Amino acid sequence: MNKFSWYEAKSVEDALEQVNSTISDELYEPTSKATVFKSGGIDVFDWVKEGLLKPQKIVNIRNIPGLDQISYDRKKGLRIGCNVTLAEIASNPEIKSQYLALHQAVNHAATPQLRNVSTLGGNIAQRNRCWYFRSADHDCFRKGGDRCFARHSETGENENHAILDNGSCVSVHASSIATALMAFNASVVIANAEGKRKTVLMDDFFVSAGEDIAMENILQAKEIITEIILPAPSKNTRSAYIKQVARESYDWSLADVAVVMEVSGNTCKSASIVLGAAAPVPYRSVEAQQAIENKTINSENATAAAEAAMTKARPLAKNDYKVPLFVSTIKQTILEIS
Amino acid sequence: MDTRKEKFPYGIPGHNLGEVEREIPVEEPPVWPVNDKLKVIGKRVTRIDALEKVTGKAIYTSDIKLPGMLYAKMLRSNVPHATISSIDISKAKSLAGVHAIHLIENTPKEGEENSTDKYPMVKYVGQPLAGVAAESLEIAKEAVSLIKVNYEKKPFVIDLEAAMEINAPIVFDAPVTQKQDGGDVGETHDGSKGEGNVRGPSTSSFFGGPRGNLEEGFNEADVIVERTYRTQVHTHMPLETHGVVVDWNADVMTVYASTQNTAAVRNEMASVFNLPKSKVRVICEFMGGGFGAKHSAGSFGPMAANLAKKTGRPIWLMLDRREEHLAEGNRPNSIQYLKIGAKKDGTLTGIQQRSHGTAGVGLGAGVGRIAQILYPCPNFATEQYDVLTNAGPGAAWRAPGNVQGAFGLEQAIDEIAEKLNVDPLSYRDHIDKSEVRKVERQRGAELFGWSRRQPTGSSKGVVKKGLGVGQSTWPRFVSLDSSVEIKIHKGGGVEIRSSVQDIGTGTKTVLAQVVAEELGLQVKDIKVNIGDTFFPVGPGSGGSVVTGSITPPTRNAAFEAKMALLKLVAKKWETDSSELFIADGQVGHKKDTSLKMSFKEATKLMRTSQISKIASRSDDYGGFQQPWGLAYGDLGSVQFAEVSVNTDTGFVKVDRVVAAHSCGRPLNIGQLESQINGGVIQGVSYALYENRVMDNSTGHMINANVDQYKVPFSMEIPEIETVIVEEYSGRSSTDAYGIGEPANIATAAAIANAVYNAIGVRLYEIPITPSSILKALSKVS
Repeated sequence: MNKFSWYEAKSVEDALEQVNSTISDELYEPTSKATVFKSGGIDVFDWVKEGLLKPQKIVNIRNIPGLDQISYDRKKGLRIGCNVTLAEIASNPEIKSQYLALHQAVNHAATPQLRNVSTLGGNIAQRNRCWYFRSADHDCFRKGGDRCFARHSETGENENHAILDNGSCVSVHASSIATALMAFNASVVIANAEGKRKTVLMDDFFVSAGEDIAMENILQAKEIITEIILPAPSKNTRSAYIKQVARESYDWSLADVAVVMEVSGNTCKSASIVLGAAAPVPYRSVEAQQAIENKTINSENATAAAEAAMTKARPLAKNDYKVPLFVSTIKQTILEIS
Repeated sequence: MDTRKEKFPYGIPGHNLGEVEREIPVEEPPVWPVNDKLKVIGKRVTRIDALEKVTGKAIYTSDIKLPGMLYAKMLRSNVPHATISSIDISKAKSLAGVHAIHLIENTPKEGEENSTDKYPMVKYVGQPLAGVAAESLEIAKEAVSLIKVNYEKKPFVIDLEAAMEINAPIVFDAPVTQKQDGGDVGETHDGSKGEGNVRGPSTSSFFGGPRGNLEEGFNEADVIVERTYRTQVHTHMPLETHGVVVDWNADVMTVYASTQNTAAVRNEMASVFNLPKSKVRVICEFMGGGFGAKHSAGSFGPMAANLAKKTGRPIWLMLDRREEHLAEGNRPNSIQYLKIGAKKDGTLTGIQQRSHGTAGVGLGAGVGRIAQILYPCPNFATEQYDVLTNAGPGAAWRAPGNVQGAFGLEQAIDEIAEKLNVDPLSYRDHIDKSEVRKVERQRGAELFGWSRRQPTGSSKGVVKKGLGVGQSTWPRFVSLDSSVEIKIHKGGGVEIRSSVQDIGTGTKTVLAQVVAEELGLQVKDIKVNIGDTFFPVGPGSGGSVVTGSITPPTRNAAFEAKMALLKLVAKKWETDSSELFIADGQVGHKKDTSLKMSFKEATKLMRTSQISKIASRSDDYGGFQQPWGLAYGDLGSVQFAEVSVNTDTGFVKVDRVVAAHSCGRPLNIGQLESQINGGVIQGVSYALYENRVMDNSTGHMINANVDQYKVPFSMEIPEIETVIVEEYSGRSSTDAYGIGEPANIATAAAIANAVYNAIGVRLYEIPITPSSILKALSKVS
């Protein structure tokens, strides 16, 4: 870990005035002159400890007033400040009753200790956990290098990696909470240095590796997530979330699925189905959604939807097990709705 | 030697308890009855340092802070195979706060082919090259990053099977003559037969060499099982990493070490720095785990001492987790071919074993002796090969070799049973001649509910349940170089002194129990000062030798000290000391009940400030199998596992383990259970989770952390129940043995057998993962 200076930001504007880079930019092309911000600091300090990120200054946004609120309105929906901790989300009764899949996703993220300090903004903005990307000894595409170690058909250790959209990078997105948020059609509120706020749908917040290998989301140097907004559910909205992990106590997802449905009786009127740990960014399975919409929620239709979701899967040498794992998990998650 | 004869309890209470007459040295204490009749021994005594540990008061090596102390960090290679042309330390040297840099250079060794290169050849990623001492750890780390090493890279090989190929890059050009400490391959590694990267085979052990005629054996067989099993590389992952604090002044070098062998570290440091043993003091008061990897001073010990010499200041040098994974030991992987034949009546007719494993740049990658000795079989042969690769060296790992070996053997035995159409547990009753395992099978099966076991593959539904069993054996080793000093202080106070360390299993507590029992005191009355080489030398914590080696000297010394004290009382009472006893803190007279004196009062009769007695232990009362300390009998165990396998997702959950064990006379039930729990947890982890992942194109371990190197946490740990079988054999003044290694041997095999029972397809490789389960079920190609 290098030496860096520390700045306590008093406001969003104050923070944005300080920062001059993003972790993505700094990992791709290190300058060792970056000023970056941190909220919970979990991901930022992982990079600093690994020696891959050597910031000159860290701007602490954790104590900016007003960014740590959860507010729920039956008509307007849910707003969660970027500094709200995962533990606070997990214990919020309205989120549990109205946004069950989000509650479940948060409850299965990290560990109780980490949930006490991790913030929602940091969670969705964290970088992927590909062990090559995280290793100072492996200069991969995402860090401006000349190859993907994980993809290699003989030597790539890719058992945890992507089976969908894995053409440019085979990592999977680290946030399993984002899987649930995207399924709820959440939006991200981003503040920029000009004092403007823009609201971006989660689907448009993440950047595929094919679009830009250096980035996993659209955040630019002088931008900050201030809030996450979830639309209000109707009385017919149902949701479910399942995460598959090697270790239940604490682990990164091998396959996670969030399903949000509008139902009429036992029929799916509309479905939002998102897969985590399937692709470099949370993956909306349009195929699964189409397959289940206007169908009865039963085992046969759930299986058909699950299989539809995997039609485009292109597993790597060591992760073909993820295909049946996803089929089973998508099916189970859909059936949780019924 | 003057001896006397005594009758000792012999056998298993509730099964076949009887007596045996032994001839024992006159100076050793009289026989202890079975545990039921003792006050402190065999009871659930709370660990004496439990509070210190759980409140964080216990001072571990990494907590040591000395005046003027500097912090050190080692530079390690980041290439797997290279010669070093130069090392530039100019930038590091000029960094403010850096006090010294020490480079590891080639030192010519007598009788060896010596390199003319200045620096040793790099043979694996993580090999230590240099060390920096600085005013803070941060400065030391920064200085290390400023050292520039110029490598001339060479081809390398990581994968076991790739390394066995004729054209593989050669890891060691010269024959390897080193003998790995604690490895488990026998004694044939002179390197002369070395071909490419393959060394061996080892074909014999201290249990002998090949037996009978395999061909005839297999000809007699009605059923044959022939399989290849694979196990992964498993690193040790002690919570406390390796490291030392070295304080070297003119008079003495004091080494605070996280070690499982203070005496070995002392000997090593004395030898490396050409000091008399009297001038090296190694101290280990608390130990954060070792599991076999902490028997030596490593490279970090001499590095810290060299930096201490250069700076004249104490040096703190603890490794980080990454260094721990890369360079401080692992359980070698294995590819084991096993062929077993049996007659229709179940009698084994032949066992053939051939294994290859890699301990990286080290040796000791065999699969142990379990196939040789667990079941009687007239025809047996093993060939165990070590394969050198460009990876960190292996080290002894909780029952070296045997854990790998049991994974293969105990699955093959299950397959034989299935071919013979008999229950796998009944089959073991038939072929296993061990009385203790017989009792363990009975008591374990009852507690576990083995009768619930359904025919293999008959479990219904997506989540299938399975039950399995695995057995193990571990030799009863004893270290004869084990001594203890007992001091009784004038005016009260009893002290135990030995260099033996408490690796975390509770050695301090059992020593206090032994002395309390002998002196008629309570455990709290005994002060245990161990883990210091200024005291009499005790055994290393390896081979499960500690309890069997150090508790008899402890009792013997306590007995001698007691007799010395009783002589003083006898003189005062004008009687013979043989008429006196101590119980409940009182000296009494066997016949005259009016004579009474508290222990404290008795100590006031002493002329000098203390009675001090140093004792060791005699040979096994019944004689050793091998004169160096291999006792008769074994430490047998039987473990039962219950698993759930999700056939859709491939996830395996170990729901429950019943572990039935014996270790002679049990000394502390709570601590034994705790140690068995630990062994089972590591076994679960070995079966399902832990795996060193190396990239074959770069030679780097890519999960050298605790995030991606998966050890189980609370939710992965099954319900564990233990059965502890008392087994008396009258072999020493305590008749007690250890449990450390036996606790870990059978678990993975029991789990694999349970998985088979659940899904009807056998897994021949660990770790068992969703991927391997779904492959076995043909759900992926």
